[in-house]
Amino acid sequence: MTTSTAPRAARIGAFAPALLLLAVFFAGPLIWAVYSAFTDVALTGSAEVNFIGVDNFTTMWNDAQFWNSLWLTLIFVVGSAVIGQNTLGLLIALLLRGRSQSARGLVSGLVIAAWTVPEVVAGFCWYSYLHRDGTLNGILGWVGLDQNWLYTTPMLAVILANVWRGTAFSMLVYQAALNDVPPELHEAAAVDGASAWQRLRRVTLPLIRRSIVSNLMLITLQTLAAFGLIYVMTKGGPGNKSSTTPIYMYQESFQFYKLGYGTAMALVLLVIGAIFSLIYVRLIKVDNL
Amino acid sequence: MRPKLVLAALSALALTVAAAGCGGSDSGADDKTITIAYQKFGSFIQLDKQLQDVKKEYEAAHAGYTVKLLPIEASENDYYTKLSLMNRSPKTAPDVMYEDTFLINTDIQAGFLAPIDEYLSGWKDWSQFTDAAKAAGKAQDGKTYGVPMGTDTRALWYDKGIFQKAGLTVPWEPKSWNDVLTAARAIKQKVPGVTPLNVYSGKGAGEGATMQGFEMLLYGTKHTLYDDAQKKWIVQSPGFNDSLNFIKTIFDEKLAPAPQDALDPNWGTKVNTELFPTGKLGISLDGSWVSSTWLESGSKPWPEWNDKLGYTAMPTQNGEAPGKISMSGGWLLSVGANAKDKKASFDFVATMLNKENTKKYDIAAGQIAERKDVAADPEYLKSNPSLKFFTDLVEVTKFRPAYPDYPNVSNGIQVAMESVMTGQQSVDQAAKTFAESTTAAVGGPDKVTTAQ
Repeated sequence: MTTSTAPRAARIGAFAPALLLLAVFFAGPLIWAVYSAFTDVALTGSAEVNFIGVDNFTTMWNDAQFWNSLWLTLIFVVGSAVIGQNTLGLLIALLLRGRSQSARGLVSGLVIAAWTVPEVVAGFCWYSYLHRDGTLNGILGWVGLDQNWLYTTPMLAVILANVWRGTAFSMLVYQAALNDVPPELHEAAAVDGASAWQRLRRVTLPLIRRSIVSNLMLITLQTLAAFGLIYVMTKGGPGNKSSTTPIYMYQESFQFYKLGYGTAMALVLLVIGAIFSLIYVRLIKVDNL
Repeated sequence: MRPKLVLAALSALALTVAAAGCGGSDSGADDKTITIAYQKFGSFIQLDKQLQDVKKEYEAAHAGYTVKLLPIEASENDYYTKLSLMNRSPKTAPDVMYEDTFLINTDIQAGFLAPIDEYLSGWKDWSQFTDAAKAAGKAQDGKTYGVPMGTDTRALWYDKGIFQKAGLTVPWEPKSWNDVLTAARAIKQKVPGVTPLNVYSGKGAGEGATMQGFEMLLYGTKHTLYDDAQKKWIVQSPGFNDSLNFIKTIFDEKLAPAPQDALDPNWGTKVNTELFPTGKLGISLDGSWVSSTWLESGSKPWPEWNDKLGYTAMPTQNGEAPGKISMSGGWLLSVGANAKDKKASFDFVATMLNKENTKKYDIAAGQIAERKDVAADPEYLKSNPSLKFFTDLVEVTKFRPAYPDYPNVSNGIQVAMESVMTGQQSVDQAAKTFAESTTAAVGGPDKVTTAQ
């Protein structure tokens, strides 16, 4: 025992710089965030910070706008990430399997191009596309259907934009996962008379389920926190029809100066993210597909 | 045991380092460096340009001192967020800062600013500032925290050509809200393809909707937003409902633009760069500064603007004295509470806002002068033909209640406007929603009152 202590201490010593950085840049802000959520800290307007217990959370509980924002966040996550990006990404990856090199290159290139565009630029592209004077209306104007899509269907607009931008990530994850599925299994199943759907359902999906979980988890967490795209396209409007929790949080913290309240919402969002992750892990584990 | 000890020691060390980082004293800038934080954004480059000149002037006159300019390139809201974040740490707090009149009280309560009364009393130029200007930097504690750079007013802009086509008299002098509606109705009837009346409304236009739109109406009734004597917000008044009703009327009768256009955040730009210059808008309730868009240096040069457009004061509801109304904002220069050499910092403010520099700035940035000597200066008056009209409105102008809860109240107003313009709520329902949400937002029933 005594001889092993010294090397162990040395081993930990080697981690010291990393631990230090983690403590300063990761644990520090996290602790500050948890603490602030229980105070009335303001961006400006008040010099003192009071510990107010769970007041922020009770306010939130009674805040209809917060519940509205949570509901919209849920729609946004399920619509754009779980259904949109995830399904579309898988579909593209499946369709590209076994195609020619040039077809794969062309399609992947196009999809990934949307992903490499910075969030704000993507937001402006969609804004100018869907706007009253935008490209889409230029075409629809011929049949008299032009309208400001960001006004009439704000949630659909931001969901579409997010699917457009984020599908590449899911596609890449699934392409990598599908490459690991041995072709012999497919052939064997085909020989046994399994249809294409049965092969997908019984062979491919079970084999890539770990990738499905990690992909769902990653895109859900990313989408839960999505801010820039929505802010640029609709600023949460009209009214609060596309004001998801991150947008509402920004408004409360930085426009109404209630940093404490905004931070409390961030904590709630964190918990929701954790719940989503748990659900995914459970779903895939219990039902072995 | 020992590894745990090492780990504990390391964590303690890390926390100490982190704590030192937060509470650390000023680094870099010494006592003889004056830092100036201000906004520089898009077409707003006039302040940056002038501060660079003033920096040279100041450094030449104050040997040993250095001026460090900190331009913040961000839109108005984001500028304010950034400035507040800078002010939250003594290490980054600027010595002199560019402050919006409607947020100055908020920053005073946060302890970000220093009172400058002792320096003002020794500054002979201070007597040149109008009383309204002096009041702009005065806090609830009676001390002054900023020197105004210039202000703005609001009024009705109208297209003379469209008025003639509609058979209306030019120059136009409406005496009541009804006169405004009558003119708009005449335009709608006789000049097709033209938006008769633009009043900013809803969350898209943001503070512009509250100030250029709603408050220009409300402050022309018998009521306002804040009871100064009781220090309470007025969340319910007949004037509030009448103002909402005006908004409802113009959108219901389609005198105003379609709600989906009016709610676009870029609507204001479209009004002044597209609709007015192409003769597609009859009347617009807007700010004194909009003509700077059409100057040669502006973003949409339109040399004929002064021939094509007229401007007239916004009337009070039924012509109640003084018959017209305007709202004013504007910006100040303030000295930071953490400034090490407050006298030197104030001297910079005094240099920037002496007669010559104020005149130069007000001309370049299209500001209404708040110094009597500048307002009377022929060079200033000649710089823009609309200046005299908008300057005269200062006599009747009102200011927003500049308290920390104001942004929240303003948002409530925008929500109420939006629900009546889109027909989602009746005027009474929207006013009720406003009263409820504002009461909750400003801290409960004892912070609000009603007016009859």
